[in-house]
Amino acid sequence: MGKKPESTFVNMVLRLLVIVSVAGLALGLVYTQTYDVIQAAKKAKLEAAIGEVVPAFDTLMTYSLPPVGKDSITFYKAYKNDVLVGTAIDTYTAKGYSGRIKIMIGFDPQGVIINTAVIEHKETPGLGDKMDKSKGRWPEQFKGKDPKTFVLKVTKDKGDVDAITAATISSRAFCDAAQRAYDALIEEGGNDE
Amino acid sequence: MMNSQLKNFTKGLLLENPVFVLLLGLCPTLGVTTSALNGLGMGLATTFVLVMSNLSVSLIKNFIPDKVRIPAFIVIIASFVTIVDLLMQGYMQALHGQLGLFIPLIVVNCLVLGRAEAYASKNNVLSSVIDGLGMGLGFSLALTVLGGVREILGSGALFGIPLHIFPVDDKGNSITMIVFVLAPGAFIVLGYLIAISKKINKQ
Repeated sequence: MGKKPESTFVNMVLRLLVIVSVAGLALGLVYTQTYDVIQAAKKAKLEAAIGEVVPAFDTLMTYSLPPVGKDSITFYKAYKNDVLVGTAIDTYTAKGYSGRIKIMIGFDPQGVIINTAVIEHKETPGLGDKMDKSKGRWPEQFKGKDPKTFVLKVTKDKGDVDAITAATISSRAFCDAAQRAYDALIEEGGNDE
Repeated sequence: MMNSQLKNFTKGLLLENPVFVLLLGLCPTLGVTTSALNGLGMGLATTFVLVMSNLSVSLIKNFIPDKVRIPAFIVIIASFVTIVDLLMQGYMQALHGQLGLFIPLIVVNCLVLGRAEAYASKNNVLSSVIDGLGMGLGFSLALTVLGGVREILGSGALFGIPLHIFPVDDKGNSITMIVFVLAPGAFIVLGYLIAISKKINKQ
């Protein structure tokens, strides 16, 4: 083994500085190299979620209400031949069993739910994660339901939604997010076109 | 020479398996292994960080003054973890969604710092890389087995493929032993796996 440099002040500061600079440079390089790929991957994921919840479309109009802030809800209005075919709403809830849940919900022009897709969640695997289509058939009960008559609450709270077995909190959170999307849709409904 | 390097490599898999024998890095071990795929993904991400940090630490071991070696190691490890994080975000979105929370935690996985301090800072580059590879693959193996057992018992599937080994309720959902995908299940399965590996290592 070679001789170690002595732990003098100058030695320590300079050598750490060199290491940190090299590390910083390497990170900067990787970050700029992967930035576009990461953005593209995120966009693809979002577009896949939109495609799942609204019918085929050719133009997409995007806006957020309120326009900025982490509590804003994003609308994706899907048009085909200039006719509105559905609205995908990127909604959220903070009431998840382990934090924030983000859901995409598609409504047809009459306000009926077309489909739902979970974008992001940290619910318990095997229990709450059944809200994800790939893990169970639970979200299918929302298809074709009009929140005007279909109360977006679990049956325990006098609603119409069958909760996931052993995951009532996750089910409530999902309903909360869905209700938020519907409220936003109704509120926004007036200023369409 | 060849023989000793082989021994150096295989010790991580069984005799000094980081999870079953050294009991290092248990936080991600227990946290992410709800399925075999999660375990494998986490294991391979850690293997990459381990090999690269062992390589770098052993390359510059004579450049770092003794008193600041730990901060230097942490900077190196954190850089590689961030690189893995960025690469996974870009190229493996789905897996990153599952493991996202745990990837930054590889920085404080005592297995990585432990190998840098105990092995790479005292051995040559080749041995250090082989040590990192062996330890990393041993870690991956342990996590995959742990995740596999928990997934089979808790979700009735393996690598996401349903096995149809559990009875089905009236709604079409299979009735599984949910406790195994929750935290207590991780401890129970880990306990049995440690016992089994002790038995194998004794022979």
